[in-house]
Amino acid sequence: MSMNTAPPAMAAKERRWITSRPVRRFVRHRLAIAGLVMISAIALLCVVGPWMLPHGMLDIHIRDRFSPPGSETYLLGTDAMGRDLAARLFMAGRVSLMVGIAAMVLSTFLGAVIGLVAGYFGKVIGTVLMRFTDAVLCFPQIFLLLVLAAFLEPNALMITIIIALTSWMEIARIVSAEIRSLRERDFVTAARVSGASHTWIMFRELLPNTIGPIIVAATLTVARAILIEAYVSFLGYGIQPPLPSWGNMLNNAQQFLDTAPWLAIVPGVAITLAVTSFNFIGDGLRDALDARSDLQ
Amino acid sequence: MTADTPLIETIELKQHFPLRRGLFGGSNLVVRAVDGITIDIGRRSVLGLVGESGSGKSTFGRAVMGLETPTSGSLKFDGLDIARAGSEEMKAVRRRMQMVFQDPFSSLNPRMSVANTLSVPLRFHEPGLSRQARRDRAGEMLETVGLPARYIDRFPHEFSGGQRQRIGIARALMVRPDFIMADEVVSALDVSVQAQVLNLFAKLQREMQLTMLFITHDLAVVGHVSDHVAVMYLGRIVEIAPTRALFSEPHHPYTEALLSAAPTPEARDRKKRIVLEGDIPSAVNPPSGCPFRTRCPYALDACAEGVPVLREVGPGHRAACIRDDLMLAAATGT
Repeated sequence: MSMNTAPPAMAAKERRWITSRPVRRFVRHRLAIAGLVMISAIALLCVVGPWMLPHGMLDIHIRDRFSPPGSETYLLGTDAMGRDLAARLFMAGRVSLMVGIAAMVLSTFLGAVIGLVAGYFGKVIGTVLMRFTDAVLCFPQIFLLLVLAAFLEPNALMITIIIALTSWMEIARIVSAEIRSLRERDFVTAARVSGASHTWIMFRELLPNTIGPIIVAATLTVARAILIEAYVSFLGYGIQPPLPSWGNMLNNAQQFLDTAPWLAIVPGVAITLAVTSFNFIGDGLRDALDARSDLQ
Repeated sequence: MTADTPLIETIELKQHFPLRRGLFGGSNLVVRAVDGITIDIGRRSVLGLVGESGSGKSTFGRAVMGLETPTSGSLKFDGLDIARAGSEEMKAVRRRMQMVFQDPFSSLNPRMSVANTLSVPLRFHEPGLSRQARRDRAGEMLETVGLPARYIDRFPHEFSGGQRQRIGIARALMVRPDFIMADEVVSALDVSVQAQVLNLFAKLQREMQLTMLFITHDLAVVGHVSDHVAVMYLGRIVEIAPTRALFSEPHHPYTEALLSAAPTPEARDRKKRIVLEGDIPSAVNPPSGCPFRTRCPYALDACAEGVPVLREVGPGHRAACIRDDLMLAAATGT
């Protein structure tokens, strides 16, 4: 009897997460790394940027209005009231990123729980939950958002909640599909035979096995949430001035498009960079985590 | 309960699955996976259940484990009728019966360490235990199944198939059950590892006085571990006998065919091989009368009338065949 032979992975005993297979796969994904660097840079600028600049985001310098980017102390120029665009951009970034990330957390939680319960119980509960998900999915998201925004007080918290309430469905569907295939596995039967409760099986046996797809979908949700916030604020139902967000900066910029195009270009580029970066990260994570081989 | 009552008793156990067709599932087609099984498993004995794919042996095992609700018939565990048991009684029964799975890859949660996997049964059946106590028990059990206790913090992907199967066995034994249902536990393993795992089962069965239902399609495996063997075909038991008697004197043509198909080490000892034509019939629409008659080399017209009952043909040996005149050859030596 030869149980003295070494198990296959003995050499990799002290394995660190930094050298694990998903991390290596992610690092190989150039665009994802570029996205990660870009997001880190944007986040850093948004956090420390406002303190480094000479002007506050609400300081009005009426004589310097419409200064083009690069003039004197205004790195990215000024707007119609002579407020420093860079300061506003960074503060807006805080708001937009916070809303995007908070909406992602909320919608991921909601979607994961609904998907988990639907996928695990199947039958009546599952069908009802998934048909409900499909029904929510049937509404055009932007109209739902605008209607909700029109009724509720438009502040950052409300916008976050509204975005979360209209974007959990994709994650719910992904999770429920994953769970439906996982729950047929023997380890779930084993847990049942061991006397495990439904809660245990759902949250300790099944959910950890869907963490890959959830992370991927969550990353992409951040990108979408930032876009949606921009939409809604652009249309005037979102974050209200004088508090800046990338969306309402665009709104203010539209009447000066021909005279001061940088007012639109600067927040536009910020949105594009943030959204593409999150999408690249999401793609990289998908390649790194979704690989079926990893689950075995 | 007295010591001589069987631990597991099924009477005419049936497990049918409705086939859903179309959107509204209007069909009344039914898969008769298990179609009336009456069986006893005595305390501390091992019953081998053999049959080919689709014979319903795994479904029967799941029904015995209480994983399916039987369509009809009764199932008793230690004299307690499972269908009528209250939830408290059921919980106690659950602890006493555990299961080992076929696929060592799908039966262990890839995201759970060995310590956690082995602790799950304890968490629910012995909730008073501390984390450290559970860990200690898990470590001891690893040693019992032949793995070093220091492997306890590893994850399933760090083990080979045979080692994983040992972990699966350890999990089943954590709560010191009386009964183990082992469903094709070695069929996914290499032959050399199969022998090790079978020896482990034999050793554990002896030491822990386990009662076992050992399901397999491999006659050699069943001969190695079982006291009695039941042969299943299309949802029914066609023959049941003490292991030695079944191998030396099969009474059912299907058993004979199975035995003749098993490889023997010496080529010249080989008896004439009986090759069955065709596949096992559909369990949705089984043949009338004897389920085996469509492939039986000895079938008569009479075989189509009435399902043959299991009749005593020797001590503890019963077979469901109407042909008493057959002289079936023992396929293996002795």
